Amino acid sequence: MIEFTHVSKRFRERGDALKDLSFSLQAGEMAFLTGHSGAGKSTLLKLIGLIERPTRGQIVVDGRSLGDLPRRRIPFHRRRIGMIFQDHRLLNDRSVYDNVALPLAVTGMSGREIGRRVRAALDQVGLLAFERARPVALSSGEQQRIGIARAVVARPPLILADEPTGNLDPELSSEIYDLFERFHEVGVTLLIATHDQERVARMAHRIMRLHQGRLVADSGNW
Amino acid sequence: MPRRRTVANTARRRQLKGPHPPRLSAWLAQHRKSAGSTLQQLLRQPVATLMTAAVVAIALALPTALFVVAENVKALGGDWQPSAAVSLFLETGIDETAGAALKRQIADDPAVTSVELISRAEGLTEFREYSGLGSAVDQLIANPLPVVLEVHLRPSALEETVLEPLLSRLQSMPEVQFLREDAEWAQRFEAMLELLQSGAALLAILLGLGVLLVVGNTIRLEIENHREAIRILCLVGATAAFARRPFLYSGAWYGLLGGSLAWLLVSAMIWLLEGQVAHLASLYHTSFALRGLGPAEVPLLLASSTLLGVLGSWIATARHLGIADAP
Repeated sequence: MIEFTHVSKRFRERGDALKDLSFSLQAGEMAFLTGHSGAGKSTLLKLIGLIERPTRGQIVVDGRSLGDLPRRRIPFHRRRIGMIFQDHRLLNDRSVYDNVALPLAVTGMSGREIGRRVRAALDQVGLLAFERARPVALSSGEQQRIGIARAVVARPPLILADEPTGNLDPELSSEIYDLFERFHEVGVTLLIATHDQERVARMAHRIMRLHQGRLVADSGNW
Repeated sequence: MPRRRTVANTARRRQLKGPHPPRLSAWLAQHRKSAGSTLQQLLRQPVATLMTAAVVAIALALPTALFVVAENVKALGGDWQPSAAVSLFLETGIDETAGAALKRQIADDPAVTSVELISRAEGLTEFREYSGLGSAVDQLIANPLPVVLEVHLRPSALEETVLEPLLSRLQSMPEVQFLREDAEWAQRFEAMLELLQSGAALLAILLGLGVLLVVGNTIRLEIENHREAIRILCLVGATAAFARRPFLYSGAWYGLLGGSLAWLLVSAMIWLLEGQVAHLASLYHTSFALRGLGPAEVPLLLASSTLLGVLGSWIATARHLGIADAP
């Protein structure tokens, strides 16, 4: 599903963020990306979503080489990826329903079909009752689940999560990870960046550790 | 996620409606929704919206008013237009028959609409009526008046380059004793009207640019206010066209609203001046009604103002929505 070949990313202001990174992630795999903040976890995820372009090296996602992807194809690439952020990135001037519907609305799907899928996604994260609410009215854990519903509503084959439980207490974090396990069971590929190493160690999934932009440990395919 | 179900659903939809109509109708529905929601958003802050629309309206009302003035002056001149004519006084030896032959010859000229022959008897009758010398004229033993040809010119013949050669050609005819030109004033009038019209056109271009800037700046502020929403839209796979669409509709609404207000302003101006114009006309013993924007001109005003709005916001989104492709 994801293949990095000698990928480096250098920012003009901050210098090297990733150095000569090579790894591959199979379709259906669930993997954790760990390391201190500033180790390059977010940068790696941004390269996959084409929010950033690599300085060197080749990235192939879902069989497509991202280097050859023209700008106008980027939106269609992103539609096949569900992205989850630490700060949720929800729009507070719209309802929960509208937030979750966003990835479907941009594809030009009909209203009725959107309604079905949005409710299914909200049901999956257990927040069907809040579709009319504004995100600000919800707790941080609930907001993150809305963010997850938005990421899965278009049924993408790949989900990227950047510190999805960074602001949550352990109990709420567990709920989030349970959700990820459920997606994993139905065949979705997940790459989750987190610095919560203890929890990750208890889960039976692949762990890749980044340190100063290099891949220093990889527990390999499970 | 059970993807097989998705594929099955898509296949079933295609079977029901065919592959294209659903996409087109969805696209139209998107546009309808975008148009509706941007209008709602503008109406939610009526004061700010009205301010922008008013600036657009005033900028458009000025050239529109000037255009209306030019049209009215043209209509006023239209009453006199037939007298854009040249009178040819023929030699005394030329009688009506020879005059009629000359009349046919001149009427063939492409710059001439018609030629009217005024016989010597008709000339005398006219002279007696208008000169006030009725009984004195009756004392005359012989009719001293020549045959007169009144040559009516096309408006296009009032151009210097057409008129001058035509006049010298007529003047040089052996049958013509002398020529009186009534066309000069019409020429001046035409030139003034043209000046007025080009003034209106120049003003329209200048103020049209102003409208572009006003709408562009308003849209730029709207983009700033929606930065985060645009960024998120792009992250979930919105195309640049999708992110840009609501702003283009905003611009269109500003333009349409401004154009409608401009129409209102110009109509109000006409309504205010109508009484005075009628009074002035009555002092000249004529009836002249001020005319406003016609049924073809109002849609033209609204369409061009809407287009200006779209164009202004297009420029703003092209400059400031750069984030759309790669946040």
